[in-house]
Order: sequence, then C-alpha cells, then structure tokens
Amino acid sequence: MAEITRERFKVIGKNTKSMESISRPNIGYWQDAWRRIRKNRIAFFSLCLIGLYILLAIFAPMFSQYDYSTQNVNEMSQSLSSKHWFGTDALGRDLWVRSWMGARVSLTIGFAASIINACIGSILGGISGFYGGKVDMLIQRIVDVLYGIPSMIVTILLMVVIGNGVHCLIIAMCMVGWIGSCRFVRGEVLKLRESDFVAAARILGVPDMVIIIKHILPNVMGLIITNLTMAIPGAIFQEAFLSYIGLGIKPPGCSWGVLAKEGIAQLRIHPYQVVVPAVLICTTMLALNLLGDGLRDAFDPKLRGTE
Amino acid sequence: MAKYIVKRVLLAIVTLFVLASIVFVLVRLLPGDPFSNPKMTPEIRANLEAYYGLDKPLPVQYVTYMKNVFRGDLGYSMKYEGRTVNRIISESFPFSADLGIRALCFAFFFGIILGIIAALNRGKKLDFLCILIAIIGTSIPDFIMGSLLQYFFGIKWQLLPVAQYTSFRHTILPSIAVGFYTLASVSRLMRSSMLEVVTSDYTKTARAKGLSEFRVTFKHQIRNAITPIITIMGPTVAAVLTGTFVIEALFAIPGMGKYYVDSINMADYTLVLGMTIFYGAFLVIAILIVDILYGIIDPRIRLSGKKA
Repeated sequence: MAEITRERFKVIGKNTKSMESISRPNIGYWQDAWRRIRKNRIAFFSLCLIGLYILLAIFAPMFSQYDYSTQNVNEMSQSLSSKHWFGTDALGRDLWVRSWMGARVSLTIGFAASIINACIGSILGGISGFYGGKVDMLIQRIVDVLYGIPSMIVTILLMVVIGNGVHCLIIAMCMVGWIGSCRFVRGEVLKLRESDFVAAARILGVPDMVIIIKHILPNVMGLIITNLTMAIPGAIFQEAFLSYIGLGIKPPGCSWGVLAKEGIAQLRIHPYQVVVPAVLICTTMLALNLLGDGLRDAFDPKLRGTE
Repeated sequence: MAKYIVKRVLLAIVTLFVLASIVFVLVRLLPGDPFSNPKMTPEIRANLEAYYGLDKPLPVQYVTYMKNVFRGDLGYSMKYEGRTVNRIISESFPFSADLGIRALCFAFFFGIILGIIAALNRGKKLDFLCILIAIIGTSIPDFIMGSLLQYFFGIKWQLLPVAQYTSFRHTILPSIAVGFYTLASVSRLMRSSMLEVVTSDYTKTARAKGLSEFRVTFKHQIRNAITPIITIMGPTVAAVLTGTFVIEALFAIPGMGKYYVDSINMADYTLVLGMTIFYGAFLVIAILIVDILYGIIDPRIRLSGKKA
C-alpha cells in the first residue's frame, strides 16, 4: 500500500469568482411565467385567440364596406356567404361588422371593468392588509356589508339611474365589483406582511411605501393578474345579461349581448343569427378561463419545473 | 360558536338595513316617476302623490317606509292598482323558488357525480369528457343555453315543451338552463377536492385495512371531499336567483324576475324597493345559513370561532 504523504497533494488553484458564478442564465419570475405559459399549449393558444379577437375588433369594422348600423331591406336575414361572411340580421345589417363592433363594446367593458375593479380592490385590500388596525376594521366592515348585497341587483338599479351606454355599464359594474379582489388581496398581503423578507426589509429601514411597491406587490401581482383574467368573463357575462334584459347597450349600438338577444328572436327561422354571437361569446369565455388556469399554474412557483 | 353566530346575524341585519337605504335613495333617482301619464291632470297627480305619501319630505317617507318594512309590510304597488307588494311577491315567488330549487338539485347532484367520476378516472378519456362538460358549462351564458335547449329539444326534436310552467315536463329545460353553470363549477370544485382526498393518508390507511374499493370511495373519500362544496352554496344561491331572471322571461314563467325588471322600467318605487329587500333578505339569510352550517360541519372553523 502506497504511503500517503503530504507532498502528493497540492493546491491546483482556487478561483473564488468562478465558484460563485451562475452557469445557467438567470430566469426572473416574469420570464419564467412567460416561458411556462408559452410551453402550455392550451393557454398559449387561448392567448393567441384573444389577441386575434382584439385585432379583429379593432380592424374588421374599418376594412369592411358595410356599416354596422345601416339597414338594407334587400338583404334581410341572408345566410353566411362570401358577400356577408356571417350573414345579415333581420334588418339587413351585416353581421360580420356587427359582431366585431359588438366585440369592441363587450371586450372594452370586460377588460375595463375588471381592470378598474382589480385596481380599486388591490389598493383598498393592500392598505387594509398592510396597515391593519382601524383602517382595516373600517374597510372590512364596508366589504362585509357590501358582500352580502346581491351585486346584480345594485348593478341593475345603478344602470337604470345613471343610464345606458358603455361608460355607465362600466361605472355600474365597478361600484360593487371590487369587493372580491379586495378580499383576496387583503388575505395575500396579510400573509406576506409576516414573511421573512418583509421583516428583513423592515429591519434594514426600508420605508413602508418601498416595501409595498418593491417587495409585496411583485409577489401578489401574479395572483392579481390571474384573478383579473378570471374576472373578465364574468364582466362580459354581466354585460350580455344586462343587454339581454334590455338595460345594457341600447340599439342601434351593439354588443355581443345585444346580438344574442336579437338572434334569439329569430331562433326558429334563422338559427345562425344566434349561433354567431353565441360562438363568439363562448370561445372568448373559454379562452379566458383556460388562459386563467394556465396563468395560475405559470405564476405558481411551487409548480416550477414540474412539467 | 355562539359568538360567531351572533356576530353573523348582526352583520346580516346591518347589511339588510344598508341595502334598503341604498335602494330607497336609488329608486328616487330613477328617471321618470310612477305617475308620468300625459292624461293626468295636476289635481289627480297631487291626489295620487298624497295617497302614496310622496308629497311628504324624503326623510319622513324614509322613516315611514322603514317602520313598515320592519313590520313586514312592503306597501302598495304604484302600478298594479290595488295590489300590495306582499301579494305580488307571494304570488310570483313560489315559481322562482320552485325553479331555483330544481336547478340547484340538478346542478349539485350531477355536478358532484361528474366531479367524482372525473377524479376517479384521472387522466383518462372519461376525465377529459367531464372537464370538457365543465368548461363548456362555464363558457355559455344561461340565456344562450336556454334558447339553444328550446331550439333543439323543443323545436327540432319536439321532445319537451318550449315554454310555460305547468307540469314536470315543463320544468326540465328551464331547470337545466338555470343550473348548468352551477353544475360546471360544482363539478370542477368536486374534482379538485376529490383529487386531494385520493392521495391523502387516510385513503391509504383505508386501503391498507383491506376495505373494498366501494367502501373506500363512498365512506372515506366522498364524505371528506364534499365539505368544500358547501362553501360555494351561498354564492351559488345568488347566481341561481339572478339566473332565473332571464330564464323566466325566456320560458314565459310567471316568477319574480319578470316583475322585477318591469317594475324598474315603470319606476314603480314600492315594488322595486319591496322586491329588492325581499331578494336581499333571502340571499343574506341563505348565505348566513350556509356559513353557520359550514361552521358546524368543519371543525377547523368551529374551533377558531374566537378569531373569526
């Protein structure tokens, strides 16, 4: 057995810098989420579909020879053709243009109402959760009371009071719609407030505002966005519902709800007139729900690397 | 637990009071008023306003109204002559309630079954089918669902009656239309809670004891997985109630939804107020009962009652 002597060992050099270097590119939270959402085929397809709908809503009415409100007695209730891609309705209006004009209204309401709700809810929920105490008490009592009130009833009454139209719909939906996001943001912030990294920041003397913006917000953001995606179908549903019972968008303006309502009147004779808006509404809902599911998984750090 | 219940009841009462006050103010802000008829002379108008107490200052009206509501009297309708709001509600509510209960039964029964089937066949074709039904269910607005059902079952295949509400056959389509969305959300929730239970330790223990698969599923898994379903029952009642609004119009059912929308459009102050308070009270009580039930069923809430 060979003797082990000290001479047989030598230092071959140690580079403290290279030891600490990260061999693979650093992937941030958002990059990671984006990477995973792209890998999730269903969610990515949903994202593309929604993008396509938005583009069509913006450009389709611009590049069509027809106008969404011009009636044409000679071309009433024509089925799908190369001239009218989605056919025409009972008053001879081109459904392709009307569908995308409706998309403008429905999508605007859906996105605007949900985003405003998420903002109000996050701010109030954030304040309530972060500061606690009397402010929290006050906000939570208001939320408790408002939560018990059926939101549809308040929305209906507000619609009747402040009138019809896109702005009114959005305002009416925002009066009570922020409560859901307020509750859940508060819960999240309460959890994070006690976490170690916030405690560390506090010990280092970071002011409250910076803690909220730099440390807490990025951690809640993923959840807020997921919730937002899930809230948009709800808002579009609500708009369709209100327009359907005659309180939302008034003719000749159109939204998907109005189109569905007009289509249902023709259901027995011209079923395609309800199929077109129905398919548009359903695919949008479907895409947003699936995208929401995908986002939830993508933003969940626990699921990282499981796929 | 008692403290928790008392707190919830107090909260419910405050909620109702705030609701009634908000609606009282909003109703007065409605464009137009109940007596805007061109034929009406100023004298008749003044008489009518005096009759309904509309000539008094708003605070007085408010106090009088609140006192009456407290006694359970919702006043006279201003448009349906000689009919009290109580009577209109008591005539129309049974239809809405009947439809709502049928829809809830349908939704919870099939939703739970669908969720269980999906979870037990995780990753197989049956699971995929159940998820597909659930996703479709959450993507179709109820009025489109209703009219499609009418078209296919009523008109095309002539299987079921298209409208009205007189026999069991008439109730099938509207119940499905109202309940389908709930069915979908129940089945999604049931599936995920079942999946959690399937991998739990007590399921392993039950299997290890040598219990039959049937007993494991029914006695151990489903009983535990079903608890979260109760949490969504409160919001579900609200969803089903608003769902009946449209479906009642679509299927010509003489329920409350029709009166509600009409009363808003006609600015029938007392009817709007009365119905809103009734709806609100119904919902608040439904959610209250569900929450208390949940507190009793789930020991975690029962024990942390002091904190909640």
